[in-house]
Amino acid sequence: MSILTLKSLSKSFGALTVTDDVSLDVMAGEALGIIGPNGAGKSTLFNLIAGNIKPDSGHVLLDGVDVTRASPMERVHAGVGRSFQIPQPFSHLSVFENLMVAAQFGGGHRGAEAECSCMSIIEQTGLGPVANDLSGGLSLLQRKRLELARAMSTSPKLILLDEIAGGLTDGECVALIKTIKSIHAQGTTIIWIEHVLHALNSVVERLMVLNFGKMLMVGDVDEVMNAPAVKEIYLGIEI
Amino acid sequence: MLDQKTINRILMAFGIVGVALLFAVPIIGSRAMVQDLFGVLTLLILAQNWNLLAGFAGLVSVGQQAFVGVGAYAMFACVILLGLDPLVGILVGGFVAMALAVPMAFFAFRLAGAYFAIGTWVVAEIVRLCFAQWKALGGGTGTSLPKGTTKNMFGVPEIKELLGVSSSAASDALTYWLALVLALATLGAGYFFLRSRMGLGLQAIRDNDEAARSVGVNPTRLKAWVFMLTAFGTGICGALLFIQITRVTPEAAFSVLDWTAFVIFITVIGGIGTLPGPIVGVVFFYILQRALSDYGTVYLIVLGSIGIIVMLFARRGLWGLFSDKTGIELLSLRQYAPETKPNPLAQIK
Repeated sequence: MSILTLKSLSKSFGALTVTDDVSLDVMAGEALGIIGPNGAGKSTLFNLIAGNIKPDSGHVLLDGVDVTRASPMERVHAGVGRSFQIPQPFSHLSVFENLMVAAQFGGGHRGAEAECSCMSIIEQTGLGPVANDLSGGLSLLQRKRLELARAMSTSPKLILLDEIAGGLTDGECVALIKTIKSIHAQGTTIIWIEHVLHALNSVVERLMVLNFGKMLMVGDVDEVMNAPAVKEIYLGIEI
Repeated sequence: MLDQKTINRILMAFGIVGVALLFAVPIIGSRAMVQDLFGVLTLLILAQNWNLLAGFAGLVSVGQQAFVGVGAYAMFACVILLGLDPLVGILVGGFVAMALAVPMAFFAFRLAGAYFAIGTWVVAEIVRLCFAQWKALGGGTGTSLPKGTTKNMFGVPEIKELLGVSSSAASDALTYWLALVLALATLGAGYFFLRSRMGLGLQAIRDNDEAARSVGVNPTRLKAWVFMLTAFGTGICGALLFIQITRVTPEAAFSVLDWTAFVIFITVIGGIGTLPGPIVGVVFFYILQRALSDYGTVYLIVLGSIGIIVMLFARRGLWGLFSDKTGIELLSLRQYAPETKPNPLAQIK
């Protein structure tokens, strides 16, 4: 059963086509990685899935329901959680309060139930020591964890992670991978955009390659990584 | 340094004594004092509402006088046209103001920032011009409450007997107590609203609109709620104000200076976006007014200059400055993770 279906999705900003006829099926419980050079349209694809921007043509289906015209709020309620590439915490709220917003509005939890779910996510993402700290004063790793934790708090079926490992040290990266794996193990579907390939490939089962808005290929991690076209894009090797 | 518990107790004691003294003013104080404090309390109510609107929902409205005026006129209509008790008119005033907020939001919510401010002002002017056409309530020249209305108002004869004062003093006492209760209720309602799920959502929107949408918060819906609720509070306050004034004209009821400009000044000086801010602001404003009222125009020049200085150098107002320096937070809105919950009423940062 596919949880997300994209049907020939296209989006242009003026003369620039950032998403060009992308079609994709993501199965429930799957972990999919999206790679591609800067400006390939990866984040735009997330914005289209999360509803932050509307496509020029094509359709987005969640659990078989067409949500192409649905607002970001409606898609959160339909089970899409997202993290932003540049962390966007509610900076005057604490970590706990950030999560409470997501749990109560996105996850539909109330009162003690919401607190409980937030606390377990705080523990899972290693934010316990800073739970009551204002999120504006967090370190980069903590901000990235908060992005992940806040997206988790909306109780998503599908979670979109946008370059969540970028800018972290190796040690921090390993810890984050562990957390993401544990989220995946709970059955949450993951779509993850990442430049840190070793991090990405240790979690995802499939890779999709975007280039100039077009889907270049999609397939097993090994198959994609060894494809000449991918090497050409990433390493600039003429083949 | 005092510990948190002691500070809590001291503040609590101050609060209780202060409120008790305020309640006792009509019994122990002069009538002039009652009238003076009535003015202060009504300004406080307006400032509390505007603070919720602008400081927490980011809706910088310059058209709140529309709700004051509509509340006042609705109360007058209830008394003069329907023969109801003025106190019923107060409630009706609140609901009519809330009803006006619906079409007003419909237009003004299409605008953002400075355009929203101008838009609300324009709507308020249109509403004023409309009410100036209402011949039954005196049109452009306005009208007065029928003679004896406030003397026979619900509760006034009892207060008159109890305190042994004239009818007009008893009616002043009643409107004063109503203003005090309304100010306390607004403070309490604001506190509980902001600490609720909706209040947390509002704070999230204030910090980051796009991220708030991405976790399922609907900014428009939340802001519309705040707009309607503060319209209700402002309308009630407007009706109460004009019971005491007993005469209404479109200019007085829809005065942008009296019901919005001073109110913005009070909120900004005291500390916009903090709950104690309007209280601090109104006390400061009252002291300034008393000290400078003999100097005419100079008073407004000083007022404006102080407003500019605070906006430039203490953006969170006098309360924000005090809170940052001492680390004392009153009526904090912070929510704590379950196992680490200190007293939410006051704590040291």
